[in-house]
Amino acid sequence: MNRRTHPALTVWAWLTYAFLYLPILVLIVFSFNESKFGANWTGFTTHWYSVLFARQDVREAVSHTLEVAVLSTLVSTVLGTLVGFGLWRGGFRGRVPLTFLLVMPIVIPDVVMGVMLLMFYAIVRGLLERTGWTFENGFWTVMLAHVSFQISYVALTVRSRLAGYGRELEEAAADLGATPVQSFLQVVLPLALPGVLGGALLAFTLSLDDFVVTYFTSGSGFRTLPVLIYTAVKKGVTPDINALSTLLVLFTVVMIVLANLLSRPRKEQV
Amino acid sequence: MERGTHRPELTAARHRLYYNALHVEDFAGKFKREDRRITGPSHSVVFKGKRVRELSADAAVSVVDVFKAYRNAGGQETPVLRDIDLDIRKGEFFSLLGPSGCGKTTLLRILAGFEQADSGAVVIGGRDMTGIPAHRRPVNTVFQSYALFPHLSVADNVAFGLKQKGIRGQDLKNRVARAIETVQIGDFGNRKPDQLSGGQRQRVALARAIVNEPEVLLLDEPLSALDLKLRKQLQVELANLQETLGITFIFVTHDQEEALVMSDRIAVMNRGRIEQLGRAEDLYERPRTAFVANFLGSSNLIPGRIREVTPEGALVQTDFGPLRTTQHAGLMPGQEVTLSIRPEKLRMERDDETEGNEVRARVDDIVYTGAENQYLLEAHGQRLVAFQLNADIGADEDFDYDEEVALYLPPASLVVLEEG
Repeated sequence: MNRRTHPALTVWAWLTYAFLYLPILVLIVFSFNESKFGANWTGFTTHWYSVLFARQDVREAVSHTLEVAVLSTLVSTVLGTLVGFGLWRGGFRGRVPLTFLLVMPIVIPDVVMGVMLLMFYAIVRGLLERTGWTFENGFWTVMLAHVSFQISYVALTVRSRLAGYGRELEEAAADLGATPVQSFLQVVLPLALPGVLGGALLAFTLSLDDFVVTYFTSGSGFRTLPVLIYTAVKKGVTPDINALSTLLVLFTVVMIVLANLLSRPRKEQV
Repeated sequence: MERGTHRPELTAARHRLYYNALHVEDFAGKFKREDRRITGPSHSVVFKGKRVRELSADAAVSVVDVFKAYRNAGGQETPVLRDIDLDIRKGEFFSLLGPSGCGKTTLLRILAGFEQADSGAVVIGGRDMTGIPAHRRPVNTVFQSYALFPHLSVADNVAFGLKQKGIRGQDLKNRVARAIETVQIGDFGNRKPDQLSGGQRQRVALARAIVNEPEVLLLDEPLSALDLKLRKQLQVELANLQETLGITFIFVTHDQEEALVMSDRIAVMNRGRIEQLGRAEDLYERPRTAFVANFLGSSNLIPGRIREVTPEGALVQTDFGPLRTTQHAGLMPGQEVTLSIRPEKLRMERDDETEGNEVRARVDDIVYTGAENQYLLEAHGQRLVAFQLNADIGADEDFDYDEEVALYLPPASLVVLEEG
């Protein structure tokens, strides 16, 4: 059989990739441009990267971003893994609707998600008024907002990792004297681990990159990197922001590649 | 010996067993020498076929009036087990035999604790198992899919059960090594399950179960995924292992020959009920229902009505004329019955002798299977099947297409089935 690809298809494929990646390439290239303004190439420099690291607001945004990402990832990984395990295990009613509900945060537009959470926090604040206890939008509201969409990604990754294994593995563990907890820790978790780690990396990346939901839930004083970039760009595109964006893109790419390697479907067993 | 009592299927199976015994003698012997803790009753290590064994009077497992139904989405109930009542004796090799969907696997899963009976009770080792979860039952299971833990090596798979019991160190190592030796996979301890063949995985699954020295070993069609030759070999090994260990085996299978060859007793199940329970010989020679008669081997079924009953037997009026059977217990004149006779018990003859119980038939088709010729015969518009052993297919026992023959139905081989 002739499996050779038609040349036109090859060209088409390259055009598609160019469409996707040229803007990113431009961004990366211009983060090394000497000129402070516009699209003229005047020479190579790493000057903007040092400018970037000297800025106090950037440092602060980096630490905010990492704090939110780390904590939200930890929380969502634990919860999402349990949800994924439950979905794989089945044996309860409503498995199908639950799976559907899990997909919702993934498909709902970010803006809707942001508005929704903003309203939700306002309502909770209103309810808490009588108790005399209140909270400001900031670290915690952003962190919990991230958890709310990260759980879905972790749960689905864990579930698809476990999908190839039959439930009789749990039965075998029980048969050999393992309590349900022992069975989870010694059999299910080791098997799910690549999916758990992959899901965690994915969640971490999503938290790092999230702009819309963060923008709605962060209040005034709390800025993460994407929010910082957005506010900076409103005043005009500067090369140091190009440099910051380049770093963010590279970091994200590394994370995604790692997540893919880990959550790759296991080799088919004979 | 009367030719009518010859059973080619069983004999062939037994020949294979003796043949295969050459391979497994060493295997069972090794285990006995090295392990003084797990020793069955003293006997020779060579497989003995199905010589009758003394079975303990104690029940290892009692199933009392177990009923189980599945509910579908519409709330409709489908019974899968109806009033199952049986005792399995200590040290017995007991088989649950039946077609798929007969409830045999469900019964096994109830014994293991993976599923609960709707009503009735299961008693294992004298203790009522109601409400006791799988991980606290004194049984171990060999799964049809083996269910080996893919992330653990063979040795760690086998060690899993002992580790849960808190066994550590040298004791753990020794017992795992011994179990792995017993099932002859000593060289594969460090491999992962996906690096093993089907037969090797089966052995690991077996080692993982027996290392725990359970009171009862449950086997859910453990050989069904293997090719025929390997299956035959493992049948012998399993039967030998069972004798050596003295553990009660409950073996689920849909393969009648497997059950006949290995079991002390067999329960034939159909549609959630036990149709008949007994030793292999009893089930084969005296099937009680048409289902058993045709699930274990094959049978010619002849409908008729009882004409007279005497202490020597009964006379049954059939389409072929009156046929005499030696059975008479519980029969009444005028009763509608079905007679069953095994194809290998029909005697084909050329000359008309006048001893009665003869049917004129025409040879319609001949199937040559090597060990025997299978004749499809037509008599009075009904199909009959007769098997003739290859040894008898000689100068004058070789019949031809469309030949008219006389079929002799020995009265002792005509079994009266229970209607229903």
